[in-house]
Amino acid sequence: MGLFQKCTRLSLRSSYMWSVCPQYSIAVTARETPDRALIVHWTQHRGVHNSRQLGANPANPSAAPPRLPFSRVTQEDLSFFRALLPGRTITDPDLLKSSNVDWLKTVQGSSDVLLRPKTTEEVSQILRYCNERNLAVCPQGGNTGLVGGSVPVFDEIILSTSLMNQVFAFDNISGILTCQAGCVLENLSHYLEERDFIMPLDLGAKGSCHIGGNVSTNAGGLRLLRYGSLRGTVLGLEVVLADGRVLNCLATLRKDNTGYDLKQLFIGSEGTLGVITAVSILCPRKPKAVNVAFLGCSSFQQLLETFQCCRGMLGEILSAFEFLDASCMNLLEKHLKLTNPITECPFYIVIETAGSNATHDEEKLHQFLEEVMTSSLVTDGTVATEATKIKALWSLRERVTEALTHEGYTYKYDISLPVEKIYDLVQDMRRHLGGMAKNVVGYGHVGDGNLHLNITSPSKDFALLAAIEPYVYEWTSQWKGSISAEHGLGLKKRNYIYYSKPSEAVALMGSIKAMLDPKGILNPYKTLPDNIN
Amino acid sequence: MSARVLVGVKRVIDYAVKIRVKPDHTGVVTDGVKHSMNPFCEIAVEEAVKLKEKKLIKEVVAVSCGPQQVQETIRTALAMGADRGIHVEVSGKDYETLGPLQVSKILAALAKKEEASLIILGKQAIDDDCNQTGQMTAALLDWPQGTFASELAFEADKLKVVREIDGGLETIKIKLPAVVTADLRLNTPRYATLPNIMKAKKKKIAMVKPADLGVDVSSRLEVLKVDEPPTRQAGVKVETVEDLVGKLKEAGRV
Repeated sequence: MGLFQKCTRLSLRSSYMWSVCPQYSIAVTARETPDRALIVHWTQHRGVHNSRQLGANPANPSAAPPRLPFSRVTQEDLSFFRALLPGRTITDPDLLKSSNVDWLKTVQGSSDVLLRPKTTEEVSQILRYCNERNLAVCPQGGNTGLVGGSVPVFDEIILSTSLMNQVFAFDNISGILTCQAGCVLENLSHYLEERDFIMPLDLGAKGSCHIGGNVSTNAGGLRLLRYGSLRGTVLGLEVVLADGRVLNCLATLRKDNTGYDLKQLFIGSEGTLGVITAVSILCPRKPKAVNVAFLGCSSFQQLLETFQCCRGMLGEILSAFEFLDASCMNLLEKHLKLTNPITECPFYIVIETAGSNATHDEEKLHQFLEEVMTSSLVTDGTVATEATKIKALWSLRERVTEALTHEGYTYKYDISLPVEKIYDLVQDMRRHLGGMAKNVVGYGHVGDGNLHLNITSPSKDFALLAAIEPYVYEWTSQWKGSISAEHGLGLKKRNYIYYSKPSEAVALMGSIKAMLDPKGILNPYKTLPDNIN
Repeated sequence: MSARVLVGVKRVIDYAVKIRVKPDHTGVVTDGVKHSMNPFCEIAVEEAVKLKEKKLIKEVVAVSCGPQQVQETIRTALAMGADRGIHVEVSGKDYETLGPLQVSKILAALAKKEEASLIILGKQAIDDDCNQTGQMTAALLDWPQGTFASELAFEADKLKVVREIDGGLETIKIKLPAVVTADLRLNTPRYATLPNIMKAKKKKIAMVKPADLGVDVSSRLEVLKVDEPPTRQAGVKVETVEDLVGKLKEAGRV
């Protein structure tokens, strides 16, 4: 069947939202003419096939490759699943719809089966069966991933952790929490707050994301500056391997140097090496005093100097240092009707302090604020100590992602760079793209050297995409940065891995994948580049 | 207009905090708990500062009654734009029993002393929900009152107040001097910006005792007991209509 027919069939199947042709990752709306699809077809196959660097589809490395020869789900398979998971084997297309599309509505799969196990044993049986039958599986947590890694590309069976939401234990002396992988991050935060502790990570998606998904993507978030990454705070994992074997490394020990640390393989593996079913994680005490300052700077250089001053004067109580630019503020005001608490400035900073003594912290904070105000590093700002006001100030940073979705199609880039270069990339992209893009905004964890570069256009524009990629990755590579600081590679960035990792490293990753998942059934088409073999 | 406005601000437990009853049931736990300005008082301060910015009044004086800690609350009002503060010192047992009647006596005395022509208060405090101080103050001073204000405007020498009432909105005109209590929709309080927070440190907060104003703060009320509301019982899920009818009959509801 030619591309034309495929896309017409799919554009009939798609309803009101952006749909993606699974074979070729083209965004085709119900209104688009078939001619456009043909033009795209030509563009894609125009590329020469020898480009080792950019995968199976050099003209569009973020598009999905052709479907690998996995088995297709049969009635027999469904009977097995229904017997194993009665009432929890979903085949209703309406219920499947939301699990087949990512949060950004940029990629869509066509899975016909969604499984909701409750226990590790069920996951083990599912994977053992799928491995024998050569059925591909897409593990799915809260489906809040931003690189197309959490939804099927074709008809992979969706393995959802949504019913695996039990907390097993919490030790309030060591602060170690043990729970199933499907616990929602915000729920864990509430559970811990009642016991005077907090989760070591926090991100905007907290209301939906699952801890298993967070661990699988080695999520960073807003508190990394203070509490470090999941690679340090996760103490143990229980993982089900591709053939159904259960790997129980669910230690609750702060220190355990006995052999190779296998859990580090699975942290950040994006569901391609095993399905995480339980996590034990070290949690910090809830701070008695939290303050948030929202500041405005007139240049990025001043922002960086403010950061240095902040590190010096707030040091041990600093728990977050985030920034957003004026374009972000405009979008927040425009789409979410949030108000700017201070005067308009080119750059805004969100600083959070967390400590054990309110009076001490306020004194430190006020001294810092006086310093940055009198030295004119900061042109305006406000401070909050009350919970409601703190939430309001944080939402100005946390909801930028949401505001962007109202602008049409978002091209998201999550880049790690030397801190001084962070905003240079944004300004350079603006010059480079000119009027092609509607918005080019920058925000992110400037304290960690992590920029979230976002570009929008009213609808997916291939010419714009071609202007952005690989320019943005080459720019990043030039400054020895990472093309994906915390979002992972998923589907969209898998072929760009070479911009940040040498080929020997990638080859070794391939060997590990082949060893742990010889049939390649776990989250295929993700994380590793198409040419891995 | 050489008007001076008195704004009352109350320090209460922060609205987002989970309230716990003391084990001896004499009150709620306040030690180590986050306190902040009563949200309706914030709205009152915002309105007063707005009037000053419109040059309709000359000076905004923030007043609070309580122990040392209320000075933080007065500082917040100063950071929002109030010109100076008055801290009426009430502590210990007196503070625990301080209620609308005593506060309104204090405010009335201060209004006379400071020659204020307008008093703006929050409609009620979120800890006791009394909704009495504004009304009592007006009565003690024999001033007109515009309570539950959602809109305030000066018209010649009168004040036009749009009030939120059960049936909708009521517009009244009252003569100055007057007492106004702020309702939720009167305005959105501003964030105190850094330059103002810095300036606020230099603004004066005068200390005064209730006795200096000739007010007796002893209470005629005695709190007997404080209890938590009864815990909500879990619901019961039934499978069929027959089950539902059966359960309703069992509970004596049908």
